[in-house]
Amino acid sequence: MARQVRIGVFVCHCGNNIAGTVDVKRVVEELSHYPGVVHAEDYMYMCSDPGQEIMKKAIREKSLTGVVNANCSPTLHQRTFRRVAEAEGINPYRVEIANIREQCSWPHMGDRETATRKAIAIIKAAVEKLRLNMELTPSVTPLTKRALVIGAGIAGIQAALDIANGGYEVVLVEKDICIGGRVMQLAGTFPGMERPDYLLASRLAAVTSHPRIRLYMCSEIEEVSGYVGNFDVIIRQKVGYVDKDRCNGCGLCLEKCPVSVPSEYECGLSQRKAIRIPFPDMAPFNPVIDAEHCLRFNGGQCQACREACPEGAVEFSGEDTLIEENVGIIVAAPGYDLLPAGEPEIYPEDPDIIDGLQFERILSATGPTGGEVRRPSDSKVPREVVFISCVGSRDPEHGVPYCSRVCCMYVAKQALLYRRAVPDGQAYIFYTDMRSDAKGFEEFVQGVMDEGNILYLRGEVSRVFRDGDKIKVWGVDSLVERDVEVSADLVVLARAMVPRPTTRELARRLNIASDEHGFLTEAHIKLRPVESLTSGIYLAGTAQWPRDVPDTIASAEAAACKVLSLFSREELLHEPTIAFVDEEVCSGCGQCVASCAYRAIDIDEGRAVARVNEALCEGCGACAAICPSSAVQLRNSTPRQFFEIIDVASG
Amino acid sequence: MDMRLQISPGMLRSEFVSKITELSGQDINLCYQCGKCSAGCPMSFVMDLLPNQIIHSVQLGLTEDVIRSRTPWLCASCLVCTVRCPKGIDIASVMEAVRQISLRKSEDFIDLAGLERGTLAELPAIALVSGFRKLTG
Repeated sequence: MARQVRIGVFVCHCGNNIAGTVDVKRVVEELSHYPGVVHAEDYMYMCSDPGQEIMKKAIREKSLTGVVNANCSPTLHQRTFRRVAEAEGINPYRVEIANIREQCSWPHMGDRETATRKAIAIIKAAVEKLRLNMELTPSVTPLTKRALVIGAGIAGIQAALDIANGGYEVVLVEKDICIGGRVMQLAGTFPGMERPDYLLASRLAAVTSHPRIRLYMCSEIEEVSGYVGNFDVIIRQKVGYVDKDRCNGCGLCLEKCPVSVPSEYECGLSQRKAIRIPFPDMAPFNPVIDAEHCLRFNGGQCQACREACPEGAVEFSGEDTLIEENVGIIVAAPGYDLLPAGEPEIYPEDPDIIDGLQFERILSATGPTGGEVRRPSDSKVPREVVFISCVGSRDPEHGVPYCSRVCCMYVAKQALLYRRAVPDGQAYIFYTDMRSDAKGFEEFVQGVMDEGNILYLRGEVSRVFRDGDKIKVWGVDSLVERDVEVSADLVVLARAMVPRPTTRELARRLNIASDEHGFLTEAHIKLRPVESLTSGIYLAGTAQWPRDVPDTIASAEAAACKVLSLFSREELLHEPTIAFVDEEVCSGCGQCVASCAYRAIDIDEGRAVARVNEALCEGCGACAAICPSSAVQLRNSTPRQFFEIIDVASG
Repeated sequence: MDMRLQISPGMLRSEFVSKITELSGQDINLCYQCGKCSAGCPMSFVMDLLPNQIIHSVQLGLTEDVIRSRTPWLCASCLVCTVRCPKGIDIASVMEAVRQISLRKSEDFIDLAGLERGTLAELPAIALVSGFRKLTG
């Protein structure tokens, strides 16, 4: 050490929070004689402006080279005190926080002697650590100002448009043959009852024609590497076997294709062909052959579509394309699914027992029944429809423990749409609680109740079963404490909202966390709600949690806002308190590689030593803890520092 | 055997329901069963069906349950329910409508000739007047 160590200790009373339990005067007295400490002082609130002035004055007058602040948790004021020290010329990494509130005065309230001795030990430990702290500067990494958005549902579309309109290029990846996602399937939206095509039309057009949005259809994320500011992404675009430029959308091929499979878009309510030409309201124009079902790709010789095509657009050759893109950030918006059928003893399989999305299609003007409400089994107009809420939701034993948040609202909306389509029809809604907690929602539900011919029954259902032409529903009306029976023509189950089954694998490829249900996990539910725990990867829409359209748009806009604020910088600063490898000691065993949650370490095969990618390392210390020879260490948290800490704390 | 209550459009739109609507001038559909009427009712402690259950029973078209209930007759017409209802339903008027329907059925009326002389002598005149008012067709 060239310079003499001159440490200042600042002990905060935190009003009564610390001083009420810890004898701060005795702490200051004790520390003022400790080796290396040239200044010790206490104050009522060290974080206040006068407190900060006390620090600055002492740093100047005593020529301090390091500071220990004894106060609350470092999550609260480490940044504050580092800034104060830096303003007076001390490297911010030569500021240590001794937590004598959360870890001392609060748990030892009423035991002044123990608390005081513990506070002294904690502060001395911080002094010992500080003694060996190096002066560090944040590392600088370049920033690629391009964004990748995964999923072109309403969330992905909104995020992509916001980022692109902010002036940056966006790569938008959609695995389906058209964009718009689930919202495209809906018949109407609450609370305003706008048609989804009205909500989406301008956005679809904007996305497909935006000069800064590059849209990849039928594409999925194959591989992601890199770190915030510099992700390398490999996108697999499935071969479509139809030349988009030649195809004129005439649809002759559709007539000739002998294959029919349940349509995903129509939720299995109608059939589609193996060759797929988008409807006029679908965007973009993206005709493809579905090789999974096409006879030709399953050992057959069929070429009906090619023979039918007047433009010669069908070609049976080609391969998937692997596209490499370099982006600075990623927004993940892969969307949701409905909980698959469960509890067959209550809800058996029957064509007239359908889920909420299927009823959306039946209510939709572009749906399989052409906008007329007809039930699947015999195309009769249902005179009585029963809606059942909370199917799988709020049921940790048989479904999911959470509330799906949208069902109360869409059931009300569907009942209203049904009543408009079948004016003399009767709707029944079994519900457990009514949840309508956003702007205009409660008014909407009450408006639906006022309509007439819509009966709300509070209670759950015990059995749904076919009885000839009818579907009988047995349940309870808990308000009059009576078991009830309804003879319905159609039963709609509001199944729980769940993440898509593929979301977990996507999370794995992105190296972001997902929870026990498969929803993508945010960094902090309150403070960082649209960020993943991996820097540079943001979350939007229903893959994170059940959301309605307004909340989905809000989350997408929030994610885009985070992206734009990141892109407003020229380069990225990265915390320097990260892992480093002593190559003299490292044997290249690779245990650290396996321990790293951020994929920040790999083995340099040529030299057989571990290598830390400084941009990826988050400084968690897992590698340092697992390394058998202490070859990997964390800057300013080295084993030597910890031995000193243990010595002084236990002495 | 099957005690299950069968709910059907016929019940929900029965003559009883439309009669209640007509007599009370109230839209029963507006009720969302918050229970504020029952919470404030000073007579609820002696009622067999709470005021909100009466309203819900009318929604369901449970004519017999409503007509047989003691509740409309125990109603003091104090109007607390009416004043407090968040949806502006005049519940006291609904109770009155139920009473009117009951009265017009001429069921359970007081047969003056059937009363014993001793009973008549003991009954206060006001009780007889009230009884006739409530329980005769």
